Amino acid sequence: MPDVLTTPAYRWVGHNPPRKESLEKVTGSAKYLDDLKFEGCLHGKTVRSTVPHGRIKKISFEPGVPWDEFTVVTARDIPGKNVVSLIELDQPFLADGLVRHMAEPVVLLAHPDKGMAEKAVKRVHIEYEELPAILTIEESLAGGNIQYGKDNIFKKYHIQKGDPESVWPKADVVIEGEYWTGPQEQLYIEPQGVVAVASPTGGVTVWGSMQCPFYVHKGLKPLFNLPDDRVRVIYTVTGGGFGGKEEYPTLPAGHAALLSWKAGGRPVKIVYDRMEDMWATTKRHPCKTRVKAAFTKDGKLLALKVDATMDGGAYVTLSTVVLSRGTLHAFGPYACDHVVIDTRAVFTNSPPYGAFRGFGAPQTIFPLELHLHRAACELGIEPHELRRRNLLHQGDRMATGQVMQEETGLEGLMWKAMDESKYLEKTKAYREHNRSSTRIKKGVALALFFHGAGFTGSGEVFLDSKAGLELTRDGAVRILSANTEIGQGSFTTHSQIVAEELRIPYEMVEVAVPDTAVVPNSGPTVASRTCMVVGELLRRAASDLKEVLVKSGALAGNGHTPSEFRAAAGKYLQRFGELKVYSKYKPPPDVSWDDKTYTGSAYAAYAWACYVADLEIDMATYQAQMKDFVAVQEVGRVIHPVIAAGQIEGGVAQAIGWALYEDVALKQGVMQNCQLTNYILPTTADTPPIRVFFYENPYQNGPFGAKGLGELPMDGPAPAIAAAVAFALGDRIIPRIPILPETILDAIS
Amino acid sequence: MKSSIADFAVISPRTLAEALASLRQTPPPVPLAGGTDIMVLLNAGQLEPGVYLNLYSVPELRRPIEVSAGVRDAGTWGAGGADPPGEVRLSALTTYADVRRHAEVRRLLPMLPLAAREIGAVQIQSRATWAGNIANASPAADGVPPLMAYDATVELSSAAGVRQVALSEFYSGYKQTARRPDELITGIRIPVPAPGSIDYFRKVGTRKFQAISKVLLAGLVELGGSREIRKIRLVFASVMPFTYRARKTESVLEGRRLEPGAVSLAVETLRTELKPIDDIRSTARYRLKVACNLLEEFLGTTMGC
Amino acid sequence: MSAPAEEKSSFVINGKSWSGAVHPLKRLLDTIREDVGLTGTKEGCGEGECGACTVFLDGQVVMSCMVPTCQAEGKQITTIEGLAENGRLHPMQESFAQEGGAQCGICTPGMIMAAVAYARDPGSAEDMREALAGNLCRCTGYIRIFEAVKKAMAK
Repeated sequence: MPDVLTTPAYRWVGHNPPRKESLEKVTGSAKYLDDLKFEGCLHGKTVRSTVPHGRIKKISFEPGVPWDEFTVVTARDIPGKNVVSLIELDQPFLADGLVRHMAEPVVLLAHPDKGMAEKAVKRVHIEYEELPAILTIEESLAGGNIQYGKDNIFKKYHIQKGDPESVWPKADVVIEGEYWTGPQEQLYIEPQGVVAVASPTGGVTVWGSMQCPFYVHKGLKPLFNLPDDRVRVIYTVTGGGFGGKEEYPTLPAGHAALLSWKAGGRPVKIVYDRMEDMWATTKRHPCKTRVKAAFTKDGKLLALKVDATMDGGAYVTLSTVVLSRGTLHAFGPYACDHVVIDTRAVFTNSPPYGAFRGFGAPQTIFPLELHLHRAACELGIEPHELRRRNLLHQGDRMATGQVMQEETGLEGLMWKAMDESKYLEKTKAYREHNRSSTRIKKGVALALFFHGAGFTGSGEVFLDSKAGLELTRDGAVRILSANTEIGQGSFTTHSQIVAEELRIPYEMVEVAVPDTAVVPNSGPTVASRTCMVVGELLRRAASDLKEVLVKSGALAGNGHTPSEFRAAAGKYLQRFGELKVYSKYKPPPDVSWDDKTYTGSAYAAYAWACYVADLEIDMATYQAQMKDFVAVQEVGRVIHPVIAAGQIEGGVAQAIGWALYEDVALKQGVMQNCQLTNYILPTTADTPPIRVFFYENPYQNGPFGAKGLGELPMDGPAPAIAAAVAFALGDRIIPRIPILPETILDAIS
Repeated sequence: MKSSIADFAVISPRTLAEALASLRQTPPPVPLAGGTDIMVLLNAGQLEPGVYLNLYSVPELRRPIEVSAGVRDAGTWGAGGADPPGEVRLSALTTYADVRRHAEVRRLLPMLPLAAREIGAVQIQSRATWAGNIANASPAADGVPPLMAYDATVELSSAAGVRQVALSEFYSGYKQTARRPDELITGIRIPVPAPGSIDYFRKVGTRKFQAISKVLLAGLVELGGSREIRKIRLVFASVMPFTYRARKTESVLEGRRLEPGAVSLAVETLRTELKPIDDIRSTARYRLKVACNLLEEFLGTTMGC
Repeated sequence: MSAPAEEKSSFVINGKSWSGAVHPLKRLLDTIREDVGLTGTKEGCGEGECGACTVFLDGQVVMSCMVPTCQAEGKQITTIEGLAENGRLHPMQESFAQEGGAQCGICTPGMIMAAVAYARDPGSAEDMREALAGNLCRCTGYIRIFEAVKKAMAK
């Protein structure tokens, strides 16, 4: 049982009822997209570009293939607009004349026989006039080859507090460093998959593995020039998302729908195989960061300058908002009077990088935390002590000007993490050990960080989310929300919140399938917002629903048994036919944000954490092996301790992969090691014990005090691990991840 | 899956004779044992379309592991007991799991279960065969180096008869083997090493399990009374384009006393003997350095014994 | 090759005999999902790396994406659908559900099969980590899975 430091006074919140969908998952009866059978289904395939930048000269279809049996779609067949509706309208569903990255969709094929469809992909030949490609951040910023705007820059942010330039000459110590975090493949175990049925008469219906049905809905309307009610998107059980099924599914959904549209409304299924999924879909943005920090001799942080550049790939997609979150996490939980943050996302001829758990924050937290470790080593101050001397306290201002209204509790979290990991004993013992042992070097280190929950700044206001509840025929309650269950337990935690508020058994709460024709748009399932923001919408809807029942006289106002609730619901439905109650997002009263100056409260709520990584390096093979991991965090109320711990453990494991194993080898801007045998995920044997501890400081605007926690665990492990590697190697910093054995060998020789 | 299975055909012979006869066709069918390589290629769209020979249907290829007696050596084995084991024979379809479960093999040829344990994961071990590992001729084959270090021989059968080829003579280049297209590996014979031999097996993969080797060393040394090296085998996987026996380094060591000077000489020799590959999984520089480290570790721990 | 392709294939799956016309090289995974119609066995990679397609073949755990159907001829196959007996969940399924061993659930059927194999024969691997190393999970970090397996094995 995970350790939660709380005494819950609730019937459902803080307890561990069985997950809503676990029976189906453990028996194999849960129907994922590829498990669904559609009569007369065609298998759709995508012919993709094989150059990073070029003009399409000719598309030819090799003889010997029964092309008349195929449905073939190119950009010319698109009935509406050939553009993916996201932040900017720059990405086509199918390349038309110009390809801007490898693996870009150009031609779509469908055939009743899967093998035939697969074979035909190689028989479509696309000739290109190759154009010069931009393959790195440096090439993008060098000028000369401009492919976006006037400088290849998608977006820039600047945060300024005080004047660091005035501090450098006066400071005792100024430390600079450059850091690199590599791209990371999503590796949800269920690949992208959709089925579409589309025709001019019947409209467009899509089933799919996805996080955000309304994103797909928004993307399909202009593609077919259809109004809201003619496009329907239905979530199917989704085998992992992590951000990889946030914006990306719109593409295969559009592709399958285009094929079906041309095939007279026959269902078309597109399921990527693993190689195609790794080759073509979005990954975590690579990021290069320079950090400069000024300190007094005794470790007071006087000034901080962070300059980060993310590779956005060939289309804007979500890069601007990923960059925004990265920018707003670049300064860490420290008090500092002089801070400058400059960030940019740039164009390259790579497949677009996309949303991935943490959403830019892990990329900027890594350099800052590793830089502080480096500074501690150079200043001769213990790393935890350097942090402690600079922590943000009540009344302090963040770089954005946000004033801390209460204590973060971070120092307590740090001591707890150090205590649980025996940090102080280990640092001493490991230094001793490393002096005498040449075969095994040991390291232990920590990282402190926060993660802002919900959309950045005014994002939640723009989303204007709506969620609701309805009474079912048998007197139970059904949740109406677009938020999807992607493994994070949202169906369960939402049900607990509703059950708690209505004072009915958890079993009396059902969850409607997220289907755009049935549920309201409660916003995307991203940004650690599902429990905190949507959960609160549902709690309020529950409160309103109860009030309606009480006002109607069906329910007593002073408490009820489950059967009284059922009876009341039945009575109400008999009289009025149905009861649906919706609630809409209201921003917390004391939160304001200025998008122009990037000042104010970037996030309404933050989760705080201190993580400790313990590892050893075998000096015969240079492999770093995790030995122990301690994750201590404050996340507001923990709704379901088992689910919450599972989120933290899974995120930590993913971050261990990013830090030590997962290397996306790019060639021509695209992943070339796109097989699981060459892209290395940690297995059971490479993952250490991950010990999770929660503190609860209930957040007044979250349901029963909950904040967001899903992305938090992606943030802290990488810098803690890199610092532990540095410790093991005698304070030698390796400033880039993944830290592969080859990287370590190169660093020490 | 990137292949269309309609492009493939499978023959399932009932007897070994039928199987060998089918190999005389042109082009000969490709033997299919546990499928752990071939099915991966099929999935990746990289398997040559054609005819495949399903060995699972041939009972003669599925014989249990045989341990046969060797020549009695009274000095070591004592008088009056049973004959000492002399040779282990694996059949064509002996899997890694079979070896892991076999108590006698575990005792007599300890490197084999060690290698078996680190091949893929349990699901792979229950399908993958030693003979398939040899025939596939991957430079990263994990099962081949220990067999080669044990001086195993490969039993090659064809309609014309059976011949034995030393495993150390089996490879001549990347994916180049001594097997003729009409031949099938029907068995692997492994002599039990002399009592007191010291072995060393270490696989350095991309992770602990489910990993393709980046460097692997299987070593075996027979020491004389005054610690002189009577015989040594040093076999590497994943360093060179095929499983590589470092004969030059072996010959520098053989006849020499095992002492620190010999170790550094051996490491120096190995450093020039190996011409490591550079590929998607690792670098030549890493492979060379780690190969030398492993040799040092092997000889060092042997000295410590 | 112009292929005559399909041949009669028969095996016993979850205790029931099955036979049908299947291409002999068809991946057992596809035969189970498409021909037998049991979709609990999942495909995560198709290259024997992720373990989502794990089933028992004559009692041994195998990756069904790596087994040509012709090699399952006459054998006993057990899939995730065959674990529950008389409508009662297998203890491993029960503890995966209780302990949070399943998150997104796509690796779960294969993971449970590997866990059941280990529980039946703990000598088949040196420890639980090794026994489950052939099954990738991207959600859990494996910790809840270990808890689930330990609990089921203690029963």
